Amino acid sequence: MADRTPRHSGASRSDESGTQGHTNRPVAPWLPDRAARVGNDDVGTITQILASVPDPEVPCVSVLDLGIVRDVSDARVVITPTYTGCPAALAIEQSIRKALDENGFGKVGIETTLAPPWTTDWISDEGREKLRAYGIAPPPKGAGAATLKNQAAAECPQCGSSNTEELSRFGSTPCKALWRCNACAEPFDRFKCH
Amino acid sequence: MGNAVSPLFTYALRLGDDSLILGQRLSEWCGHAPALEVDLSLANVALDQVGQATHFLGLAADIEGKKRDADALAFRRDVMDFTNCLLVEQPNGDFAQTIARQFLFSHYQALLFAGLAAVEDERFAAIGAKALKEVTYHATLASDWMVRLGDSTEESRTRTVNGLDWMWRFADELFVMDETDEAALKAGAGVDKAALKPAWDQRIDAVLSDATLERPAARRPVVGGRAGRHSEHLGHLLSEMQFLQRAYPGATW
Repeated sequence: MADRTPRHSGASRSDESGTQGHTNRPVAPWLPDRAARVGNDDVGTITQILASVPDPEVPCVSVLDLGIVRDVSDARVVITPTYTGCPAALAIEQSIRKALDENGFGKVGIETTLAPPWTTDWISDEGREKLRAYGIAPPPKGAGAATLKNQAAAECPQCGSSNTEELSRFGSTPCKALWRCNACAEPFDRFKCH
Repeated sequence: MGNAVSPLFTYALRLGDDSLILGQRLSEWCGHAPALEVDLSLANVALDQVGQATHFLGLAADIEGKKRDADALAFRRDVMDFTNCLLVEQPNGDFAQTIARQFLFSHYQALLFAGLAAVEDERFAAIGAKALKEVTYHATLASDWMVRLGDSTEESRTRTVNGLDWMWRFADELFVMDETDEAALKAGAGVDKAALKPAWDQRIDAVLSDATLERPAARRPVVGGRAGRHSEHLGHLLSEMQFLQRAYPGATW
């Protein structure tokens, strides 16, 4: 009991969906390049399933693209929240649960871990391109090392200009800031460097 | 364990209560802020705080081991059982007063969580490291607004001075080390809060200087939140926050 990591959402509902706390241990992010090396076994199939589960608030990217999948085995999927208060966390867990169940992996559990904390560096290159095409400026890389005051100009996802300015530190979701392009005059969301 | 309350339970509870009460306070701005961007900012800061509270209170519940969860701790305790500092329960006042409170508290939280991220106890360290990124953003947000409001019109400046003046007397409580804090520190789960004060002073003074504002005069600190001695403001906050679970115990949807 004492050495469990805290769960990120309402405990009773998580328990119903098979989530369990687990002991804290370092896990590398389950990035698509690593996922691509997995074989044609259950782990490979589960990874493919995860690649088809969209983020509920930014549906252009999958949970795998976002880098919130930490580990996959034939017994469990380990995920991590983007922000502690991310309102989508429960929805993400439910989407993964549903996708696993529908594909015959009902016995595969879902666990949540906090450490190490998620960083936007874990968003895949493919995910970054998908964000840009969707109209969201992807975060610059190097978030882990950069300070959060990092204010390098964002590139406008519409016209590509870097003549842009921040309008609000927070945008339509906690993970995004609101920017404006001075060249094409369009406002846009920027994924915050985190 | 017997009936003794674990100091780590209380420690986690305090961290959770600080975040929860501030998150609830900030959420009162939702739909009422001076501009849409500000409304989004305050709502998102509130969301981060409530998220942190969920983790800290969930940890407290695990440590306690009495089958209570984070929700039970948030919604089924009475005012005297809350252990948050007095600063976070202070009324929002106007926007300047809200920003003054956020400014003082976020810089404290940023220093605290940087320390917490490095403690031996992995449960506390994990939440500290996770939350640190969020509160660093809050501190920057609040500092930017302090400068913008302080070094601006006569009206915004006056309001900021008054807001800061209201909040200032509650700042000392943040750095008090009592038996629970000492026990948590010794157990490798807590931070020496008293040692954070010089760095906090430095951060606060630097921003106040940018904002062309004076540091408020020292005055007798008001303390008592950690021991459950709260201002009347907290009861009103809880009556709204806890209404649903009080009226319909165990309600879920």
